[in-house]
Amino acid sequence: MTPFDYDRATEVTQAIDAGRIIAGGTNLLDLMKLGVETPDRLTDINRLDLKTIEEHQGGLRIGALVSNSDLAADARVRRDWPVLSRALLSGASGQLRNMATTGGNLLQRTRCYYFQDVSSPCNKRDPGSGCAAMGGATRLHAILGGSEHCIATHPSDMAVAMQALDASVEIEGRDGARTVPLSRFYLLPGDRPDIETELEPGELITAVTLPPPPPGRQTYRKVRDRASYAFALVSVAGIVAMEDGRIAQAALAFGGVAPRPWRDPEVETALAGREPTAETFDAAADILLRDAEGHGGNDFKIPLLRRTLRAVLTDLTTEG
Amino acid sequence: MTIHTRMDDADRRNRLDDMAQGVLSTAMDRPDGPLKVSGRAPYAHEVQPEGMLHGVFVRAPRIGRVVSLDDAAARAMDGVETVVTDDRLLRNPAQGTANEAPVQGPREVFYVGQPIALVVARTFETARAAALSVGVEIADAERAPVAPQDYDSPDKKQSSQGDLDAAMRDAAVTVDRMYTTPAHSSAPMEPHAAIAEWDGDRLTLRGSLQMLKFNRNELADSLGIDPKNLRILSPYVGGGFGSKLGVAPEAVAAAIAAQETGRPVGVALSRQQVFEATMRRSETRQRVRLAADAEGRLTGIGHDAWVSNLPDESYSEPVTQATPFTYRGENRVIGHHVARVSRTCAGSVRAPGEAVGITVFEIAMDELAHAAGIDPVELRRRNIPDRDPTKDIPFSSNMLAQALDAGAAAFGWDDSRPAPGSRREGEWMIGQGMASAVRVNNLAEAKARVTLNPDGTALVETDMTDIGTGSYAILTQIAAEMLGLPPERVEVRLGDTDLPPGSGSGGSVGASSSGSAVFLACQGVRERLAEAMGVAETDLTLKDGQAIADNRSTPLGDVIDGPVEALGHIEPGKTSKAVRQATWGAYFAEVAVNSVTGETRVRRMHGTFAAGRILNAKTARSQCLGGMTFGIGMALTEELMHDARDGHVVNRDLAEYHIPVNADVPQITVELLMEERDPWTNPMQAKGIGELGICGAAAAIVNAIHQATGVRVRDLPATLDKVMAGLED
Ligand SMILES: Cc1cc2nc3c(=O)[nH]c(=O)nc-3n(C[C@H](O)[C@H](O)[C@H](O)COP(=O)(O)OP(=O)(O)OC[C@H]3O[C@@H](n4cnc5c(N)ncnc54)[C@H](O)[C@@H]3O)c2cc1C
Repeated sequence: MTPFDYDRATEVTQAIDAGRIIAGGTNLLDLMKLGVETPDRLTDINRLDLKTIEEHQGGLRIGALVSNSDLAADARVRRDWPVLSRALLSGASGQLRNMATTGGNLLQRTRCYYFQDVSSPCNKRDPGSGCAAMGGATRLHAILGGSEHCIATHPSDMAVAMQALDASVEIEGRDGARTVPLSRFYLLPGDRPDIETELEPGELITAVTLPPPPPGRQTYRKVRDRASYAFALVSVAGIVAMEDGRIAQAALAFGGVAPRPWRDPEVETALAGREPTAETFDAAADILLRDAEGHGGNDFKIPLLRRTLRAVLTDLTTEG
Repeated sequence: MTIHTRMDDADRRNRLDDMAQGVLSTAMDRPDGPLKVSGRAPYAHEVQPEGMLHGVFVRAPRIGRVVSLDDAAARAMDGVETVVTDDRLLRNPAQGTANEAPVQGPREVFYVGQPIALVVARTFETARAAALSVGVEIADAERAPVAPQDYDSPDKKQSSQGDLDAAMRDAAVTVDRMYTTPAHSSAPMEPHAAIAEWDGDRLTLRGSLQMLKFNRNELADSLGIDPKNLRILSPYVGGGFGSKLGVAPEAVAAAIAAQETGRPVGVALSRQQVFEATMRRSETRQRVRLAADAEGRLTGIGHDAWVSNLPDESYSEPVTQATPFTYRGENRVIGHHVARVSRTCAGSVRAPGEAVGITVFEIAMDELAHAAGIDPVELRRRNIPDRDPTKDIPFSSNMLAQALDAGAAAFGWDDSRPAPGSRREGEWMIGQGMASAVRVNNLAEAKARVTLNPDGTALVETDMTDIGTGSYAILTQIAAEMLGLPPERVEVRLGDTDLPPGSGSGGSVGASSSGSAVFLACQGVRERLAEAMGVAETDLTLKDGQAIADNRSTPLGDVIDGPVEALGHIEPGKTSKAVRQATWGAYFAEVAVNSVTGETRVRRMHGTFAAGRILNAKTARSQCLGGMTFGIGMALTEELMHDARDGHVVNRDLAEYHIPVNADVPQITVELLMEERDPWTNPMQAKGIGELGICGAAAAIVNAIHQATGVRVRDLPATLDKVMAGLED
């Protein structure tokens, strides 16, 4: 950890074009200790009034400082957006969720072993230095959306559920406020894996908004290396509405497999109007995985994602 | 007065059974428990002397020879005092009981992550930042490969009897399989740490160490000082699991830095450094050959192990340690092969040898049971030998049959052998598996002093350590039982090299060895009391602070008018060769395997264990629970991953090095066979139980996965991808 200055913002404006934002600190501080993040100034936003969950245009507006624990426990979330509550509760541990915030969770960095090790080349940490994950240990890595420069995955569970829920991110910057749909918020690595989101330097996330509850059933299934306290190898956030024995509408987002919470509209199109059969599910999986590419240690994610998707769809389309 | 015993013969007197206090073997709470949960038990890095400086290691980013170390930026930082690059810095920790310095010299880098310099600063944060700022230039040098390639097969580690090839040819049923286990890390909760403080040429070191009498010599030798000028304190150790057996880089570096700066210096490893710069268990490849007749009786056993270590390390994982005697079979080949690699040093980790050796062997036994169509419990029963089949010596005691029977009954073992994959609950496939537990039993030399005061209090002193296992508890109980005192009247002082040298903690010898020394010292005290009362020691009853003899009950204060002190001294003798000594047990597990994802959840697990006289039913049980929990990790999740290109440890934190968490650990039940007394082991008829609970535990789970799914995982851990690969689409 390099020495840094520290200040506390009490107004949103003080957190814009300020130091590096620290919210729960559960990710940032670890990376500072490892020398991966080296901010020379931290701006603590924990005193800002961004801790409420309010009803908003038929949906919810979740302040950036709402903790993962509080969000998961919110009665409205549990009732109308259960996929989000489940995703949150499948992440990290009780202690971490008490500290972790909504904004911080969206912006947590990859768990790629090589990103976290300053002795390894990493295009995300040190642009142009190379990618040590290529040819290295890739159990955590992406099968979709990666590039030759980076195959790191985004580790968040919460963001996967929000992606399926068509959430948007509210951002404040020096030129005022703007709203970016989560579907456009995260960028694919391409040749600039160091640029991860639409957020410009100096901008602050103030809230995440959820549209009105979607029709149908919701679930979040996370597959991981131990029963708790592990990042997703594969996860699926699924929302499916049925009509007359057919799938009326499906929203599906995937975690652990791509540099961002992954959503593929063609998969959802392929399901709409279909009967929930094994063939239908397989066809959807074929589309999802059409460009999937393994790197050795993560090859298993390709069949695992297919199997998990089928099980989630079976679950969501079976009365019971 | 010194009471000295060499175990040259069996001791069938069972003296402890004659005692009257009734505290030994009970589930007494650990006296150190309240101190620990309330933060009053100071660990190595917590007693910080005034003015202490902090040292943080610079790690080698690659293998080779250090050409230059650019510490200008570090030295320029406010608060940085010095950068230590002394030639005495250790390459890696000493092996257990080495008693001398390990390889030294920070310039030759043998593995990524090797500590090559210590940055010393006024605050920990400054030292850490400064250490990261040091530029290191490393040139290529001749080094071992980063992954095992060529293996040596040292003559004295190969053995062969009969004709295994012929036995395999003639057998009705055979198994011949390769298995692998990954490297493991001890991952103790307390990171390795030391604080060094000099007073003239006398050094006091607070360390997190398991075996102080050896550590003192190792540290003195590393520093080039007289061991007499060195005192080590390790009153509380937050877990060791082998990784704190030998003196380690942080202790030597702290001592050198304290000498250079004239101030006390503390060094604590980061979690990442614990993974890359303390001992790992070697990965193993193992070939098991089994030849059996149609009834499953073994006629031949082959067990070859391939392991690795750094150059110039004498230690190699003793994988096949229990293979010579666990089962019958007149034809037997044991092979041991070691490769030199440029990886983190390999050393003792949680039951070196049997933890991985018996685990693999017990998976092979399950394969044999299936091939022969015999219940796995019955297969083992049929193969229990009458004598050690390799050495042709008797067992001191062999409790395997009792453990198998009691365990199967307690668990409710289904011996109908349902077809693999036949039990389902929704997505989950259910199966049961079992395995035997075996661990060699040893005795180590140990001394302890016991002082009985006229006020009915007693003091026990030895440099023995308590690494979270319960040494304070059992030594309290032994003394309380022998001297007839309520346990709260006995004080136990440990972890200080100024005290009589005990055995240290390691290899499951601590309780029985240091405990025997305390027993003997108490024996000495009893003799003095008996003498004062004019009776034979065997006619003396001590209870609740009273001495009872000849129908007279006298308060201790009336028997002695001053403190009575005795030294106990136990040494191993002929019984360690005359008989085969081991501890025994059996594991049973039920798992659910998800048919979609291959995830395995252990639903319940049971272990029955025999380890001679059990000294404390609670701490013994806790050791077994811990061992079985490690077994769950070994079976399902734990793997120290090395990068294939430079050998560095990839998963260097507890988020990615997956030890089991609460949700992975189901109801575990432990049954201790309390009646066993093993006369050959020591005067207490006790045996070590610390490591027994892990020796084969993982096999019960892997075997249960097979029962559940038909998938046989031979490369541990059985992560979901390996299981899923064998499941139906
Ligand atoms: C051991 C461990 C296990 C974990 N397991 C999981 C898991 O299974 N699933 C999962 O999803 N997560 C997991 N996490 C990650 C955890 O969810 C994140 O660390 C947490 O959500 C981050 O939130 P925070 O408020 O602490 O962020 P911080 O650490 O404070 O910040 C993270 C980043 O966000 C920026 N930031 C924070 N708030 C704002 C804002 N309002 N505007 C602009 N920038 C902002 C910071 O500058 C920083 O770059 C785990 C973490 C640990 C340590």
